[in-house]
Amino acid sequence: MTYAAKSLTTDGRELIAFRVGDQEFCVNVMSVREIRGWTPATAMPHAPAYMLGIINLRGAVLPIVDLSARLGMKPAEPTVRHVIIVAQVKSQVVGLLVDAVSDILTITDDKIQPTPDVISSEFERSFARGVLAIEGRLICLIELESVFPQEEREAA
Amino acid sequence: MDMNEIKEIFFQECEEQLAELESGLLKLNDGDRDPETVNAVFRAVHSIKGGAGAFGLDDLVSFAHVFETTLDCVRSNRLDPGPEVLKVMLKSADVLADLTNAARDGGGVDEARSRQLIKELEALANGEVLQASAAPEPVAKAAPVVAPVVNDEGFQPVAFSFDDFEADEPALMEMPTYEIVFRPKSDLYAKGNEATLLLRDLSRLGEMNIHCDMDALPTLDRLSPETAYFSWKISLKTDKGEDAIRTVFEFAEWDCDLEVSLVADGAAAPSEELPMQPVPFDLSILDDEPVGPVGVIEEEEQLAAQQQIRDAAVSAAGTASNVLQMAQSAARAPVEKSAGAAASAAAQSAAAQQAAASAATPTIRVDLDRVDRLINLVGELVINQAMLSQSVVENDANGTSSINMGLEELQQLTREIQDSVMAIRAQPVKPVFQRMSRIVREIADMTGKSVRLITEGENTEVDKTVIDKLAEPLTHMIRNAVDHGLETPEKRLAAGKSAEGTVRLTAKHRSGRIVIELADDGAGINREKVRQKAIDNDLIAADANLSDEEIDNLIFHAGFSTADKISDISGRGVGMDVVKRSIQALGGRINISSKPGHGSVFTMSLPLTLAVLDGMVVTVANQTLVVPLTAIVETLQPEAAAIHSFGSNQRLISIRNSFCPLVDVGRILNFRASQANPVEGVALLVESEGGGQRALMVDAIQGQRQVVIKSLEANYTHVPGIAAATILGDGRVALILDVDTIVAASRGQSLKPEMSLAAAG
Repeated sequence: MTYAAKSLTTDGRELIAFRVGDQEFCVNVMSVREIRGWTPATAMPHAPAYMLGIINLRGAVLPIVDLSARLGMKPAEPTVRHVIIVAQVKSQVVGLLVDAVSDILTITDDKIQPTPDVISSEFERSFARGVLAIEGRLICLIELESVFPQEEREAA
Repeated sequence: MDMNEIKEIFFQECEEQLAELESGLLKLNDGDRDPETVNAVFRAVHSIKGGAGAFGLDDLVSFAHVFETTLDCVRSNRLDPGPEVLKVMLKSADVLADLTNAARDGGGVDEARSRQLIKELEALANGEVLQASAAPEPVAKAAPVVAPVVNDEGFQPVAFSFDDFEADEPALMEMPTYEIVFRPKSDLYAKGNEATLLLRDLSRLGEMNIHCDMDALPTLDRLSPETAYFSWKISLKTDKGEDAIRTVFEFAEWDCDLEVSLVADGAAAPSEELPMQPVPFDLSILDDEPVGPVGVIEEEEQLAAQQQIRDAAVSAAGTASNVLQMAQSAARAPVEKSAGAAASAAAQSAAAQQAAASAATPTIRVDLDRVDRLINLVGELVINQAMLSQSVVENDANGTSSINMGLEELQQLTREIQDSVMAIRAQPVKPVFQRMSRIVREIADMTGKSVRLITEGENTEVDKTVIDKLAEPLTHMIRNAVDHGLETPEKRLAAGKSAEGTVRLTAKHRSGRIVIELADDGAGINREKVRQKAIDNDLIAADANLSDEEIDNLIFHAGFSTADKISDISGRGVGMDVVKRSIQALGGRINISSKPGHGSVFTMSLPLTLAVLDGMVVTVANQTLVVPLTAIVETLQPEAAAIHSFGSNQRLISIRNSFCPLVDVGRILNFRASQANPVEGVALLVESEGGGQRALMVDAIQGQRQVVIKSLEANYTHVPGIAAATILGDGRVALILDVDTIVAASRGQSLKPEMSLAAAG
């Protein structure tokens, strides 16, 4: 375990890449608990538009977030082909609705390029940790804790 | 296991002992004179003292010690446990509890109070003696020997085993002494007998001195491992007779040499002939002390007493017994010559107590987290089982009989598992009830009223979370009952009642709920006063026509207090409404009924568990919601003629000639944009906080179901209008409605996420 952890920090880290709309994003694999198919969610009253509702994850109540809408893109229309990435954000567990999981990457930190300053919005800049160029694709590394800022997540 | 863990176990045991102590004292207070009760009380204090000594908790030890001394006077019938004595003792039990808590959690105690009580306890132990010394009984003259030993020497904590102590309890000086020689043959061991067990049985008969004779033991090269070499010489003081001794060896009789002989004179302690064991305490206490205070005793008696004490010391040394008790026995010895009956009674009760101890159900301590995890898993099992049944029904309309039978069995098993698991969490309400008796005592003291608390059904079991949350509202209600409910002794006498007021606390199970009743025999609710107060506070109109019941229920309104004087104890106007809210938060209801001159009865009905809830499953705008059944008064199908528009967008429904505002749940939860047509739906008449009724509009009722409550907050935030979530048989999540906030929202208060954020921040 110590060896594995050490090798990750020196030799690089593992990321899960997924597609949302026509863009590709990735998150640290350590924060991902599981990946599962889409099941209809129960709507929550007075929830923000990106909050699709809650589902039953083996007895626990799991809120589902439309990552596309959350990142300021077109709201998704969930189908059976969509997948939910169950991720740990601080002390809570959330489900992220994405189009598909595309890849698992092992990269070193020097491969991460700074976010280009073409992104104007403060919000978008806050969650983008950098970009990766993998086989001619552009993958944006996002920080889940910024996607769900503390004030909002842990208010209750 | 480190020291802290051991200490934690000690404190847990202390709690049990304190509970035992208090219930014992209360029993005595009720006139119980069973020596076993006194023994139990004594044992509790003694155990606390012993454990505290081992941990060096000196405050606790010294207080427990004084307490124990006084209790011992009760135990030896030198102090009659009358109401005054018990009052001091109950207070001492409270202080002992405080000291225990202070020792565990740090923090101080009211030292003046404990010092005062120590004085009172000592006065009881000594005072009674002085009073009795008027009577020309040797016991009274000899008794002062005891007290100075306690008070002047300063107590040295001595760690000893309680087993030894209990076994030694019947150790009285004047029982016949038997000399027993027990020589097991090799066959005894070959047949699976064990000398230790036999000797242990023997020790239960009385005080035993034992000497192991190892002379027959050969040198190592000649030793045969299967041959018995040891024999024992035992001197036993018992009143059980030779037969009892022989009975112990009944099954070993053929495989050993047994000689039992009676030593004629009990006073000639045979222990002197036996080798001495190391003595763990200072014998000089016993040697020096008696001389001073026993001056009143005639000289021969004095000498005899001293001789007895030395004998006592010798035997005490052999068994590491309680010095104090031995000294007392010694001092009392001359009397007991003529009072053998008392001695045998004491011995019998000691035997009875041992029997009781061994009959107790074995228990284990389990971490609450583990139980909760088990409960969660079982909750999931129940949901899974329901899902499985549903999918079998859907996929296979006919269903092969074996699958259906298997499913049915599974369902039954799941239900049984669920019940059993819930039973693990279920605890008797006793600890809470016991805490209440302390509160009653304190309030009674503060108000100068004389109050008797009667508890019934304290073994009624309910989920631990319910018990934990019950203490606060109950405390409040008890305070109210004593402070407001009961009259002063003078008023009570004037009204032809006994000066002592009675508060009765009852718990019982009724149709899957626990019902807790708090009744006082006080003046009852002064309806005129309540009404006037309500009018003054603008709660009701001056000309409102209210039934008695409605007036009684006014006391649950926020900011309502009828006490003329605002006292320390209650009457800050945050009384009964807080109680009602905390009961409702537990999914319960509270009612009051009052008879002027005869007192009031508060009835609380609570769910047995907070993990499941009885709910009505309804549909609102294609969403499935669960409404807690406790909130629903009735359901009805509205007719078009009963619906009346009111104001800009309000609608009222007329129910039996009264109008009730109609609340569109779908609209409030933002599930639909426009108002639903009431005639197409169903109205649920609910009662909310503040007593007002509202008709909640839903589209349809699916049925009634017991649902497992799931937290929304764990992974999401609190949602206004939603109490929690649950998982239905189809595996989907359904929301449980928070009726009170829905109703509050219908009054125009906003129901927006911002609200909860602001409230939380």
